[in-house]
Amino acid sequence: MNWEFIIKYLPLYQRAAILTVKIGVIGIVFAVLVGLVCAAVQYYKIPVARQITAVYIELSRNTPLLVQLFFLYYGFPKIGVRLSAEVCGVVGLAFLGGSYMAEAFRSGLEAVDDVQKESAFSLGLNSRQILGYVILPQALSTSVPALVANIIFLLKETSVFSAISLMDLMFTAKDLIGLYYKTTESLFLLVVFYLLILLPVSIVGTLLERRLRYAGFGD
Amino acid sequence: MAEPILEIEQLIKEYGQNRVLDGVNLTVHKGEVIVIVGPSGCGKSTLLRCINALEDIQGGIIRLHGEEIQKGSASSQKLRQKIGMVFQSYDLFPHLTVLDNITLAPVKVQKRKKEDAAKEAMELLTRIGLADKANSYPRQLSGGQKQRVAIVRALCMHPEILLFDEVTAALDPEMVREVLDVMLDLARQGKTMLIVTHEMSFARAVADRVIFLDQGNIVEEAKPEEFFEHPKTERAQKFLHVFSFDQVKKQEEGNCSEQSESHL
Repeated sequence: MNWEFIIKYLPLYQRAAILTVKIGVIGIVFAVLVGLVCAAVQYYKIPVARQITAVYIELSRNTPLLVQLFFLYYGFPKIGVRLSAEVCGVVGLAFLGGSYMAEAFRSGLEAVDDVQKESAFSLGLNSRQILGYVILPQALSTSVPALVANIIFLLKETSVFSAISLMDLMFTAKDLIGLYYKTTESLFLLVVFYLLILLPVSIVGTLLERRLRYAGFGD
Repeated sequence: MAEPILEIEQLIKEYGQNRVLDGVNLTVHKGEVIVIVGPSGCGKSTLLRCINALEDIQGGIIRLHGEEIQKGSASSQKLRQKIGMVFQSYDLFPHLTVLDNITLAPVKVQKRKKEDAAKEAMELLTRIGLADKANSYPRQLSGGQKQRVAIVRALCMHPEILLFDEVTAALDPEMVREVLDVMLDLARQGKTMLIVTHEMSFARAVADRVIFLDQGNIVEEAKPEEFFEHPKTERAQKFLHVFSFDQVKKQEEGNCSEQSESHL
């Protein structure tokens, strides 16, 4: 292992990691928003919008992110829509993640027993209060494990951004291997940086799950 | 007779083609305890759910103090606060403590001060012997304790009428008693109650009036002694027969029954 090489290119990886995290976080925030909207549409069975979200969810979950990114980056300019690689990355991640987040929220909402709603109703709470005080707290705490898994999944998916020439971690590693044939060092740095990003997420996620799991309230 | 609180006229409820309630008439007066019995699927629970506007109805009218109850209408929202309901399955909110379960609706719906609601909740909890569980979560309680808390939660809204939908049906036998005792206590306090139950001896003890519902209609309506001793209709006789057992063993074997039990 050539440590001089590693130290020399550490800043390069740092920049790439910041870019990865930046696009990852923005993409995930949008994915959560898309997911919330889709889950609400399905939960309240809003006509038409419900069918559209169903199509979107199937489309998004059954196509690879790489294909989605190619459509955005190479396909859209053909119809006059030119997006920067970074915007493509965010949009792609939100498009892919939205459906996974929607499913996580939906399963949480559906896990709340009907009798919960009915007893809240019979106590005189209105629908908004029932949603805020009874349904959402339970639904969200049920959703947390799936949510954390999705976040980790989406952060890892950012590695395909290199295919649309975003200078992320994967791109940097491939670049250095191509330039200097320092395969071991480049890949070592790649693994370390991904772990640095993902391990904290994983740990915080586990703690959060333990804290929020409503079945565990009172332990 | 005291003033009527709840009036039901010609109530019809259908699920698709299936008519569950077929022209039910019932008047409940203040302070009255009415027990509704009947074979499963006869519409007992549906009747309670209609009264609480959890179901829309296909015909007839339900009035609380002369005001019509209808699912989804704005006035029903207000009326529903005057009706307390306890369900068969434990319906406490699992993410809230016992105290928060009880005070949620008084604080959010009736806009009462949190301290006042909590004070009343503690008094009621003390009365049912669960004051020490105020800060526990529902999952830390037994089934019987949960149902008692659910009753207190309904009480804390000061309802004018309480509906009980087979509240002991999902409980272990030894927990049934503690819940029924709470209900007996409420009856003694003069609360107006409408109770669906399969506990016949409890029904007999608590009811001012027993209503026998079969195939969506009130078939018989009588004082409890009358209903349980001398049911008039054949259907009621048949129904009550289910709850009595014929002696299996011959009388002579009776004195060695202890022995035979130990063999099991």
